[in-house]
Amino acid sequence: MLEIKNLHVKLEDEDKQILNGVDLTVEAGKVHAIMGPNGSGKSTLSYVLSGRDGYEVTEGTAELEGENILEMEPEERAAAGMFLAFQYPVEIPGVGNMTFLRTAVNAQRKARGEEELSASDFLKEVRAKAKTLQIDAEMLKRPVNVGFSGGEKKRNEILQMAMLEPKLCILDETDSGLDVDAMKLVADGVNALRDEGRGFLVITHYQRLLDHIKPDVVHILANGRIVKTGGPELALEVENNGYAGILAEEA
Amino acid sequence: MALPEVKQSATEARLSALSLPESGCLKAAREAALSRVQTMGLPSRRDEYWKYTKPDTLVQADAPKAAVFNADEAPMFSAFERLNIVFVDGVFDAEASDDLSLEGVTIDRIEDICCKDIHWAKDLYGVLEARGQTPVERPLAALNTAFATDGVAIRVTGKVSKPINFTYVHSDENSDAILHHVIRVETGAEVTILENGPAASRFNKCMEIDIADGGKLHLVRAQGRDHERRAATHLFARLGTESVFKSFTLTVNGVLTRNEAVIELTGDDAVAHIAGACVGDGDFHHDDTVFITHDAVNCESRQVFKKVLRNGATGVFQGKILVKEGAQKTDGYQISQSLLLDEDSQFLAKPELEIYADDVACSHGSTSGAIDDEGLFYLRSRGVPHAEATDLMTLAFLAEAVEEIEDAEIAADIVSRLEGWLARRR
Repeated sequence: MLEIKNLHVKLEDEDKQILNGVDLTVEAGKVHAIMGPNGSGKSTLSYVLSGRDGYEVTEGTAELEGENILEMEPEERAAAGMFLAFQYPVEIPGVGNMTFLRTAVNAQRKARGEEELSASDFLKEVRAKAKTLQIDAEMLKRPVNVGFSGGEKKRNEILQMAMLEPKLCILDETDSGLDVDAMKLVADGVNALRDEGRGFLVITHYQRLLDHIKPDVVHILANGRIVKTGGPELALEVENNGYAGILAEEA
Repeated sequence: MALPEVKQSATEARLSALSLPESGCLKAAREAALSRVQTMGLPSRRDEYWKYTKPDTLVQADAPKAAVFNADEAPMFSAFERLNIVFVDGVFDAEASDDLSLEGVTIDRIEDICCKDIHWAKDLYGVLEARGQTPVERPLAALNTAFATDGVAIRVTGKVSKPINFTYVHSDENSDAILHHVIRVETGAEVTILENGPAASRFNKCMEIDIADGGKLHLVRAQGRDHERRAATHLFARLGTESVFKSFTLTVNGVLTRNEAVIELTGDDAVAHIAGACVGDGDFHHDDTVFITHDAVNCESRQVFKKVLRNGATGVFQGKILVKEGAQKTDGYQISQSLLLDEDSQFLAKPELEIYADDVACSHGSTSGAIDDEGLFYLRSRGVPHAEATDLMTLAFLAEAVEEIEDAEIAADIVSRLEGWLARRR
């Protein structure tokens, strides 16, 4: 599904290389976790894949179902099936959450040549999905992420993911700012979306999220490269021993 | 002090193109206003109050030509019930207008007042305009009082069941209209007044509003899409105890628009909200100049102005809150913001506070900036195309001003016009 080969990325404004040859394949139906110390390039990888400005790809490729996504605009990547759940979802005053969601859903449908969702069908669907994520009607009426708690913001991200039904879900440190109950709720939302046609890339610092979202594969990213890949046990090893041993092995 | 020669000759040239209308009971007011114009002289860029806006085409003897715009959309506020009063190039059109009788209100043409020896409007016509000449001179308003050729006097005595709507039609490329309305809202009475349309090639409009104790007036105006038109409007309002005045103005394009509002809160617990949203392209120049005087205790004023400017458009905001001695517990709020959609556009702002009371809460803020990149990326990452995401954020930016409109139906009409303007870019 997602195939990244030898990806090199630097910051556009400064001569600073962040990713130094990332190779990664995420198969449909699988959950891949990426762990790594601060500054290793985890968030950069998610931003580059979703098309954020400020990064320059100097080498390598990234394809989603055979399509080169690096040359696409962010909205084209979204329509192609890419979704990034932000670590810090942006507040957008004045834009209603429902208006935004409906615009996004219909924009993607339009881009894919599908019929737009009617107002009543949209409402029905969003209410049902919001209910499972314990998002109340009042929250849906508010401006996007404005005044939301950390947990509400993350639940709102998962609601968007549920409504947009992407092929590849990237979760950038979704556990940050969440208490145990909120994390369980968010993880349940993610797990409900797991199916054979959808791939996940879960970026996290901690094992605790992976207690709830069981990964199939765990990667360690350090110094802009994937230095080790293993099964779920690799996350436990990091939890118990930190990254020092792995980094020493790599050196 | 004698006027500088350049100003004097420009003023004389303009005045020579005009003649005082037959005036009846308004004769004294018109002559006094003419005298004010002659003393002040018409504005020039050298006047501090016109520093950011070039008034040349507003004061020159003949109006510049402005092509008549063929609108491809229904007139604003036409979708809901209202009493419609139509002016074509500044002249009342009885045939196009509705019957002017409505419970709780009397409406007379200025022309009809002029035929009478006594009329309530005589005590208001030119009075608030004259009061509003200090500390800042507003000669275009005095010119209006002297030479207005049409307009209406509205006396509101009860709660009026539907809005009174002025439709201003521009049908002649060389029309030069001067309209003057006076409105008296009696104790406890309430009315909504709407205005829309491009009016004329050049439009000079003055509205004097006197709101008695407990009276309420909601004013929503929309200045239309004729791009070549020029307009100078003055709004003078005096508010009595516990009265409420709320005004919102939408301006969509227009090569030159100067909207002045001079509000006096003279009764305790009065509330005045003055808001505006404007969107413009290219040689669009839009100036909001507001002067609010707090002269009683426990009054509230809000100024909320938002401008969206693109392709080299210019926005101006000059807003002042004056809190007089004794106007304790004043709550004054002023915000003016512009969203610059490109680097060629500019916003010039002069926010001011002058406070002589010690127990007040006044704040002001003025900013200009571009679309927030973070927000834009967030929307795009969800599949919203760039242009649509920009529109969403632009409307969100304008929302604070539009929220000042109390009536949801009217606000929705305003939003749909803004959406139309945004869509025309694509």
